[in-house]
Amino acid sequence: MTAKENLFAHVAATPGAAKLDPIIVAHGIRRSFGGLTAVDVEHLEVQRHAITALIGPNGAGKSTFFNLLTGFDKPQKGEWSFNGDSLQSHSPAKVARAGMVRTFQLTKALSRMTVIENMRLGATGQGGEGFFTALVPPLWRAKEAQISVKAEELLTRFKLIDKKDDFAGELSGGQRKLLEMARALMSDPEIVMLDEPMAGVNPALTESLLKHIVELREQGVTVLFVEHDMHMVRRISQWVVVMAEGRIIAEGPPETVMLNTAVQDAYLGAHHDTDLSEDLS
Amino acid sequence: MDFIGLLTDAGRELFAPTTAAFALAAIGLNFHFGMTGLLNMGHAGFMLLGMYGYAITVREIDKNGGQFLGLPVGPGATIVIGILVAIVLAALFGLLLGWPTLKLRGDYLAIVTIAAAEMVRFLGRSQSFKNLTGGSTGIRGTDFKGPFESLSPFPDRQVTVGPFTMHGSISTSWWLVVISWSVVAVAALLFWRLSRSPWGRVLKGVREDEDAVRSLGKNVYSYKMQALVLGGVIGALGGVLWSFGSAVAPDSMGRPTTFWIWTSLLLGGAATVLGPLLGSILFWTSLVLVKGLAAMFIPDSWLDPTELEPFSLMLVGVTLMVLVIFRPQGILGDRRELAINDR
Repeated sequence: MTAKENLFAHVAATPGAAKLDPIIVAHGIRRSFGGLTAVDVEHLEVQRHAITALIGPNGAGKSTFFNLLTGFDKPQKGEWSFNGDSLQSHSPAKVARAGMVRTFQLTKALSRMTVIENMRLGATGQGGEGFFTALVPPLWRAKEAQISVKAEELLTRFKLIDKKDDFAGELSGGQRKLLEMARALMSDPEIVMLDEPMAGVNPALTESLLKHIVELREQGVTVLFVEHDMHMVRRISQWVVVMAEGRIIAEGPPETVMLNTAVQDAYLGAHHDTDLSEDLS
Repeated sequence: MDFIGLLTDAGRELFAPTTAAFALAAIGLNFHFGMTGLLNMGHAGFMLLGMYGYAITVREIDKNGGQFLGLPVGPGATIVIGILVAIVLAALFGLLLGWPTLKLRGDYLAIVTIAAAEMVRFLGRSQSFKNLTGGSTGIRGTDFKGPFESLSPFPDRQVTVGPFTMHGSISTSWWLVVISWSVVAVAALLFWRLSRSPWGRVLKGVREDEDAVRSLGKNVYSYKMQALVLGGVIGALGGVLWSFGSAVAPDSMGRPTTFWIWTSLLLGGAATVLGPLLGSILFWTSLVLVKGLAAMFIPDSWLDPTELEPFSLMLVGVTLMVLVIFRPQGILGDRRELAINDR
């Protein structure tokens, strides 16, 4: 845990705090649907090589913010960069190729494809994905073999290797989450963005999911994840960003961020500790 | 009508050039629907464009005294130019249809394709283009079939093979049978090769979930466009094959044709290599069988002879509905795929 101290030792626990070495910098991002402002983030920096959690009550705009950062949705205004390069008006595919890969809240396993084919699809640099190259197998067979080796390594790590020839649709909900995460790793991303990785996963698999997320950081991958469960957040994240009503209301280390009154108000309501008995009598 | 005659007629449908033309069109649709999940409801439009592109080009070259852009061309080159025109037209049609719709949800493509196919047909049969398309009567076979028939290595007379008698070279001929099924074989091979390539894998991913494929860094729009154009071009070639054996008539390529191709594909099994072939063969054979049997056993007082055709189509339709209800993956489909079809 020494790395943790080093990375965040001098970071102020205030919304929009500057980080030592930010991989993502977002500024003035605003997305509204009609009259409703879903996301209004003034400033956010995400620390490289760390696990950052994005939490907040339902409807706080976490998933929308994820969609904006990864190109699946477009904000009305705002700018954001990844490794110093602007990602504005990039397609989701381009964002992914730049090294920022996401997963989805509702798991998107490709049901009628086998587990190993799901994995292979995650790889980058396969020339056989071009139409004319695809017609000439000798041009892509070698690369395909490389990809398969890597896919099987990852499947072994995620304990899905026994299922490799099953259709992804035959897996349990938790296994699909694992598959989606493993598939995201096929492209060696610099950052993985996990949208509620623990949702709907049974406790036994939750443990292994948490372990995998920690392993990712140890291998130098940056992780940004959305989660509801504070208990999970406290266990694995090094920094917590709290959103409510589209804004970032607090940032800080997991041990102390929940003590922040703004956070407690957001989660429990501003009058949660007011005695209402007087009004009733 | 005797029973043996009926069986011979039905047997002829097993390998008839029209069956091959439909099988080829169904392979094109298989690239759309089976591999990529695109709902193309206007496949007949692609076929009709192919027919027009080929027939008009060949007719005009013939009218020019065998010259194309001032250069003399032989029958072989004439056919190649005709086919190229058909391919280019279908590709442009695919690009035009895909450009606004492929960024939207799948249903929009279905709506646009069904309307666009009807537009092709109505433009073809309108009086304004009568000089080009021949209006609603279409283009007579004699205007453009010459070059293809002249290349036939088969004898210029009726040839009998087993119980089947056909002309060697003219119209629905043995020559056309050989060429048609060769083209179908090449297309099936192409499907087999591509469906087992990384390219096909991306398309299957798109079929399953577009956003997931986007999140893995693939340009989904481009892949859908490639599939739409490729399948459309194969459909147009199906139209060319069809026109080799008969005239070009716009009304023979209306909505029913599109649905027959869909039926063939679903019957045989979408996303399988041989499904479109098997489906097309079964469809045409059973149609002839049902029609023949109805003519034999249903007295005229019950059903007027003119009603036999719609009646048998209806019966085939019901049979297929039953098949699709009880075996939705088609005859050659993978059972396991059904179990997880949770949508």
